[in-house]
Amino acid sequence: MKRDKYKVITSNSTHGPGDAGRTGSWRVERPVIDYEKCTPAKKNKAACHLCWLYCPDGVVTKEIKPQIDLEYCKGCGICAEECPTKAIRMIEENGLPEKEEK
Amino acid sequence: MSKTIEIRWHGRGGQGAITAAKIVANTAFQSGYDGIIMAPSFGTERRGAPISTSLKISGSEINDLMPIERPDIVVVLDHVLLEEDNVTAGLKPGGLLVLNTPKKIDDYHLPEFKLAVVDITAISSEAGLKKGVVNSGIIGALAKASRLFDMDLLLENIEKEFQGRKPGENALSAKLAFERTEIEEDK
Amino acid sequence: MKIIESGNVAAANGVKLARAQVIAAYPITPQTPLTEKLSEMVESGDMKAEYIAVESEHSALSVCIGSASAGARAFTATSANGLLYMSEQVHWAAGARLPLVMCVVNRGTGAPWTIWNDHQDSMSQRDAGWIQIYVNNHQQIIDTVIKAYKLAETVSIPVMVCFDGYYLSHTYMPFDIPEQKLIDEFLPSYHFKHTLTPESPENLNTVTMPHGRNDAEGAWRDGYMDIRHSHYQEMRQALRTFQEVDSDYSRLVGRGGDPLMATYKCDDAEYIVVVMGSLSNRMKDIADELRDSGTKVGVLSLHVYRPFPDEAIREVLESARGVIVFEKSISYGAQGQVFNDIRAALYSGKKRPFIHNYIIGLGGRLIKNDDLIIAIKNSKSKGEELDNEPQWIGLNR
Repeated sequence: MKRDKYKVITSNSTHGPGDAGRTGSWRVERPVIDYEKCTPAKKNKAACHLCWLYCPDGVVTKEIKPQIDLEYCKGCGICAEECPTKAIRMIEENGLPEKEEK
Repeated sequence: MSKTIEIRWHGRGGQGAITAAKIVANTAFQSGYDGIIMAPSFGTERRGAPISTSLKISGSEINDLMPIERPDIVVVLDHVLLEEDNVTAGLKPGGLLVLNTPKKIDDYHLPEFKLAVVDITAISSEAGLKKGVVNSGIIGALAKASRLFDMDLLLENIEKEFQGRKPGENALSAKLAFERTEIEEDK
Repeated sequence: MKIIESGNVAAANGVKLARAQVIAAYPITPQTPLTEKLSEMVESGDMKAEYIAVESEHSALSVCIGSASAGARAFTATSANGLLYMSEQVHWAAGARLPLVMCVVNRGTGAPWTIWNDHQDSMSQRDAGWIQIYVNNHQQIIDTVIKAYKLAETVSIPVMVCFDGYYLSHTYMPFDIPEQKLIDEFLPSYHFKHTLTPESPENLNTVTMPHGRNDAEGAWRDGYMDIRHSHYQEMRQALRTFQEVDSDYSRLVGRGGDPLMATYKCDDAEYIVVVMGSLSNRMKDIADELRDSGTKVGVLSLHVYRPFPDEAIREVLESARGVIVFEKSISYGAQGQVFNDIRAALYSGKKRPFIHNYIIGLGGRLIKNDDLIIAIKNSKSKGEELDNEPQWIGLNR
């Protein structure tokens, strides 16, 4: 039987930042990690990483000192909310967009 | 008037561009324009994200509900959007660009358009508003630069809209913005 | 009083004026601001109603079914997958002959996810036994919500008032809010024939046999098919009933006419464009533009889609050379639903214009004026030669 070939098209994406563009500019508040309080940083071993687990945009790394990719972090504050040692604070983005002009 | 005036507003989610456009829409309607359409950009209105809204004003009913492609006027609530988003897309040559910016008119080189600048961010603090409340002020700048709307009616509508949310301060911000808006000469 | 507000707020004001007593809804984009507005109105005491927050659309309509069975005027609203999730109860409400009103704020259905507009959601419930009305602007939204209660309560059939997500729901335009006392006169409180009360308990919508039977008291009880037949008959009659409801409304409120469909320059038109919803407005501008260049185009904007006003449609379309149906939905594997219904309506006509089908704007795909103009010109030049396969326009952009 001769059939026309149509591609099966669906909508898919892979995990990771950047699916909605450079979302860092949306931030009103910026997360700042205090490594004195951060469990993996303090113990110097892989532990906790709830910030990495909960970040809806996948912009927190699972390193001993977790890093936040501010290019894409929207500033939702979930990491700060979930951090059991309150090591993450949300600070105001002082006129955020201007910072690039310095 | 049967010609449609098309004003496109650019701001960030949460800045209140839609509220500002609504106040202007109501003012135009009360001034006798029966054809009013205000169509916000759809779907991505998240806090901080660039958003736009289309305001069309005409003397007769408007049938086209689509976003504005060829605006007569562009109003920008955050000057950084000038670099981040193509806010002047489709703006007619000689069209009016109203900008909230701390910079001066000479800092910009936009020879195709007629530029109006004012530092609403500073004015609104002076008027007693919380930092970043710029949507009431920008209305004053638009009124000054476009000469399309009656300022007293606008102030009345600003006070009505912001009832319980510092109406006097918002009206003052618009008034100060009206006074201090710098406009390039007519092109 | 004329105000400038969104289509969702227009709908909420209609529900308030109709004095709905029970509201149960689950938020879904682009319907959310409608239910938010209603909950505000109830919370502030502006509206005397019970707002029942539910955990799903299925429960939302179930609450409305329960409330209406106990004699309350009830309202719900949804969109897209929310409507699909309540689908079982959609059929149930119709079969139970409950006079509910639901706004469907039209949105494309997933997968893939879309929050933008097309008509696939309400189209998927076309055969559920509800009356479906599609409206084009905010004035029609508020007026039709009110009229829908009168219609539903007259014919004992629930009514869906469908309006375009975003294009109408989130767009602001002026509309008039009629006075409460006029609406109270138009729509007095309603007394259900079978009201469930603790004093007179009843089983409702019990199992029916394929055949009729005598009940315990010896009274004749209709079977499933007879019950369905009476629903069908009332549905067909609802076309006339809605016209009466509309003329009552326009006598009181001073606004109305064209309840089944609105026509624009169809009398002398060689080509008539058929469209539903907010695009109808823009189509009028396009008809004018094409008339300026010598092509006589008219627009038929269909409001009442179920029951289908086939006779009235045939009367308008019969005299045209061609009929062009622009549609925001499709029956996969066949053609657009509206196209096929209109083609069927024309079959028994004295004259049969050619009829073409264009699929547009799915999932909010931009519909450019040029797309529409090119399609109409294409139909004009190809005429009978163009086959019945729907033409998809606006792909790959």
